[in-house]
Amino acid sequence: MTAALRFDPIRLPEKCEQLRKEVRAFLAEEIAAGTFDPHKPNREDTDAPEFSRRVGAKGWLGMTWPKKYGGQERSFLERYVVTEEMRVANAPTRRFFVADRQSGPVLIKYAPEHIKMDILPRICRGEICFAIGMSEPNSGSDLFAAKTRATKTDGGYLINGTKIWTSSAHIADYMIAIFRTSPPTKENRRHGLTQFLVKMKQPGIKVNPIGQITGQYEFNEVVFTDFFVPDDHVLGEVDGAWKQATSELAYERSGPERFLETYYVLTELVRAVGPNPDTRSAEGIGRLVAQLHTMRRMSVSVAGMLQAGKEPVVEASIVKDIGTVWEQQLPHRVRDLAAFVEETATNRETLERQLDFAIKTAPKLTIQGGTTEVLRGIIARGLGLR
Amino acid sequence: MAESDNIVVETAEKIFADLADPQTINNDKKNAWQAPLWQALSEAGLPLSWVPDDLGGSGASLADGFALLNAAGRFAVAVPLAETMLAGWLLAQAKIASPEGEMTVLPASPKDRITLDSDGSLSGRARGVPHAKAAKHFAVLAHGKDGISIALVDAGKGRIESGLNVGYDHSDTVTLDKVQPVTRKAAPKEFDQTTLMLMGGVARSLQIAGALESMLDISVRYSNERVAFEKKISKFQAVQHNLARLAGESAAALAAATSAADAIANATAFNDEVYLEAASAKIRCAEAAEKGGAIAHQVHGAIGFTNEHILHRYSLRALAWRDDFGSESHWAVELGKLVATRGADELWPLVASR
Repeated sequence: MTAALRFDPIRLPEKCEQLRKEVRAFLAEEIAAGTFDPHKPNREDTDAPEFSRRVGAKGWLGMTWPKKYGGQERSFLERYVVTEEMRVANAPTRRFFVADRQSGPVLIKYAPEHIKMDILPRICRGEICFAIGMSEPNSGSDLFAAKTRATKTDGGYLINGTKIWTSSAHIADYMIAIFRTSPPTKENRRHGLTQFLVKMKQPGIKVNPIGQITGQYEFNEVVFTDFFVPDDHVLGEVDGAWKQATSELAYERSGPERFLETYYVLTELVRAVGPNPDTRSAEGIGRLVAQLHTMRRMSVSVAGMLQAGKEPVVEASIVKDIGTVWEQQLPHRVRDLAAFVEETATNRETLERQLDFAIKTAPKLTIQGGTTEVLRGIIARGLGLR
Repeated sequence: MAESDNIVVETAEKIFADLADPQTINNDKKNAWQAPLWQALSEAGLPLSWVPDDLGGSGASLADGFALLNAAGRFAVAVPLAETMLAGWLLAQAKIASPEGEMTVLPASPKDRITLDSDGSLSGRARGVPHAKAAKHFAVLAHGKDGISIALVDAGKGRIESGLNVGYDHSDTVTLDKVQPVTRKAAPKEFDQTTLMLMGGVARSLQIAGALESMLDISVRYSNERVAFEKKISKFQAVQHNLARLAGESAAALAAATSAADAIANATAFNDEVYLEAASAKIRCAEAAEKGGAIAHQVHGAIGFTNEHILHRYSLRALAWRDDFGSESHWAVELGKLVATRGADELWPLVASR
C-alpha cells in the first residue's frame, strides 16, 4: 500500500459521445440564434433565463436525480459531458449551474419530501436559480466561525446577520445557507451551525451588489433582518451542519469547471499562431495541452468514483488544487506565448480582449469554492499529516 | 489498490521486496544484488512479459506489462527490465523470437537513426541507450529504402561508449558499422520510429510515476518521524502544503501514465488520440519528476542529499528517465505542432475524445 492516490483511467461510455453530439448541436444552434457569443466570456448578460429553460427542456438539468423529482436518472459521466461542453462553449450557465451541481443534491439528501416535490422539478426545468450562503464578513475559509443567527421562534426561525461574496444572490430564487443556531461547544468548535433553505426576494432580505475587479457585479452582500424561515426549511440536523458539509465537496470541487474557466485563451492562442508555429510556441502549447489532458483525465476519473458511490474528497481536492492553479496561470502563459504572434493574426483583437478579461479573472480562481490553502490542508489530512 | 489484483505485479513485487530492498541495495557498493535479482525476474518470465509464448516469452497482456513497469518504478530497480520488455515487444512486432538474457532497444532517441544498407547490414549511432553495456542483444529499428525493419543484433557486434545518466545508470552510445543482424524482418505497416518512441516514453512515464509514489511515501514517513522546533515536521503547515503538492504531482503523473497505458493497451492504431495520451504522459510525468522530486528533497533536508539515504535512488532516476525516448521538450514541440496543424477548433474535440 502506498499513500499515493490512484485515478483509474475511466473512459466515458459510448452513450456519452452521442450525448456530446446533441449538446454541441444544441449549443451551435443557440450561438447561431445569437443567444451568446462563445468568444466573449465577459458578456454583460450573464443571466439568461430563456436559455436556462431550453437547457432544462433538453433534460440536461438534474440529470442524475430521481425521475419523480424531474430528473433523468442518468450517470455522473453523462452529466460531466454536458457540463464540460457548456463550459468550453462559454455558454451562460449562471442561472442553473449552482442548483444543478450542488443545491439540488443537498435538497435530495436533506429536504422534506413536499419541498423536494415543489423545488426540484423547477430546477430541472431551468426555472429557478440558487445561491450558496457560506461566507460572512469575518468568516471565509473558516466556515465554522459563521455568526449570522437563526433564533427559534413560533413555527420557525428569525435570521439576523450578513452573508457576503454570495454569487448570483441578486438573481437567485433560493439560497442554501448556514446559520448559527447554538454557540460552539468546548469539545467541538464546529457545533452549532444549521443548514437552511431560504426563499429569496422577500422582505427582510437585502441584496447589495459588490463590484469586482473584472468590472462585473456577480457577487453580493446579503443582509438578513428578522427574516423568517419556517421549520420545514431546516436541512438536516439542527446544529449539525458540519457533518453534512464535507461529503458535498467532492461534487463541488472535481468538475471540469475547475480547470476550464480560462480555457478560451488557449483556443485563441492556437488560432493566433496558425498551422506552422515556431518552436517556442509549439513547445508552450504542447505542454499546456499535456497538462490540460492530464487534469481532465483525473477529473473524469473522479466522476467515475462518484458514479460508483464513493466520496473522493481528497481526490477532488487534488483536482481543484492543480486545476485552479493551472487555469490561473494559463492567461499569463498564453500572454507569454502570444508575445511574438504576428501583428496580422486575424484574431489578435479577440485574443487581446480575452486575455484582458482572463487576467483579471485569474486571482479569484484559487479562492472561490475552497482556497488552495484549505484544499492542501484536506490533502495533508488524507496523507495522515494532521 | 489496483496492483494487488494483478498476478504479474504481485510476483514482481515479491521479487523486488526479497531481492531489491532499497536500503540493502543502496548499501551494496559492488552491486552484488543485481545478478540474483535479474535471475529471479528471468525465471518468473518477467523481462519477456510482452513476448508471446510462441516467440519465447510469457505472453502477458500489454496492460499487465505496463502495471509491472509502474511497480518497477516504485522500487526504482536498476536492472534492464523495462529495456528488455521493450526490446521483446519490438521484436515481437515483426514476429522475431526473443533470445534469453538482457536486451535493450536502438535507437532510444527520436533524433537518432539506424539505417539498413542494401547488403542487409545496419549502420548508425544511437545515443543515450539505456543499459546497452549490460545487454546481450539489441532490438533495432532501422530505416531502409523499402521502409522500416526490425532486427535482432548481437550486442558484441556494436561499439559501445559507456556513459552514465543523472541516476548513475548506464546510458551508452552504441555505434553500428555495417553490422549483420541475427534476424531481420519488415516492420508491420504504419509501425515507425515514432511508435517505438511513444511506447518507450509511456514505459518511462509509468516508471517515473512509480518513483514518485515511493518518494511520497518515504517523505510522508520521514516527516512523521523527524522532530524540529520540538514537534514533528509533519505538523508544520508549510511542510504539509509541500507534501500536499507532492501528492498532487504524484497523482498527476500516475493518472497521465496509467491513462496512456490504458490507451495503448486498447488501441487499434497509434492515431492522434493515442499520440495525445502518450506524449502528454511523458511531458506531465517529466514535469512531475522535477517538481515532486524537489519537494521530496526539501522535506528530507540534508540527509536526503547523502549517498547513504535511499531518496536519491528514486529522485535521480525519475529525473534521468525524462531523457529517454524523447524528452518532455521534444514531445511538447511535437504535440504542439500536432495541435496547431489540426487547428484551434479541433483542440477541444481532441481533448474531449479521451
